[in-house]
Amino acid sequence: MVRRAIVGAHYGWMDFLAQRITAVVMAVYSLLVIAIALYSGGIDYAGWRALFTHTAFRIATLLFALAVLWHAWIGMRDIWMDYVKPTALRLTLEVLTVLVLIAYVGWVLLILWGRA
Amino acid sequence: MIKPRPVYLNLMQIRLPLPGFVSILHRISGAVLFIVGIPLALYALQESLASPDAFAKLSAIFSHPLAKLVLIGLVWAYLHHFCAGIRFLLLDLDQGIQLKQARQSSVIVLVVSLALTLIIGARLW
Repeated sequence: MVRRAIVGAHYGWMDFLAQRITAVVMAVYSLLVIAIALYSGGIDYAGWRALFTHTAFRIATLLFALAVLWHAWIGMRDIWMDYVKPTALRLTLEVLTVLVLIAYVGWVLLILWGRA
Repeated sequence: MIKPRPVYLNLMQIRLPLPGFVSILHRISGAVLFIVGIPLALYALQESLASPDAFAKLSAIFSHPLAKLVLIGLVWAYLHHFCAGIRFLLLDLDQGIQLKQARQSSVIVLVVSLALTLIIGARLW
């Protein structure tokens, strides 16, 4: 007789790790921006614009944005799973969340590279 | 294999311990950041980089008292989520998992995020 224990697809472990790695990415970027703002004694248009001419800073910002959106997906999905019991409504909210987050990815790309 | 699952819990009757309070605020602040924070941050980033005029207009919008209140609320949400998140990361690394330290770190999270919000809020105002 074969004893089979259902162990799942491990996506819970993947999400657990992703939530923490994205958190660290966001924390590092946040501290970086605060450090830059403090170092330059506040932010005006010229300085802010100049900061975003650096490709490295744009890419760092993109990584931060993707971390935020991935993190938000896991967090919001957990909230919908915990509090919204009707399956149809929960699925609708989850799909809307995904669509909004993907739209935000497009928006942030447009902001960062749209004007060149 | 049937595993025992948590039984029904009535949220209205639960008296949360301090770490639980920090935890539910982490969730609430996260939801606020998703619903208000992300779209507002994207809009602000877009306008702040668009042109000097748009930058000035954005500054004018954020100098309205109501906008400042919203901003201060979001600052608190970010700071609480940040501080509580650091605490959770440390707990994951088995740091401060004794009851006493866990309670202390909950107080630290609440106090630090509120104090920083007050400092930043005072500067914004």
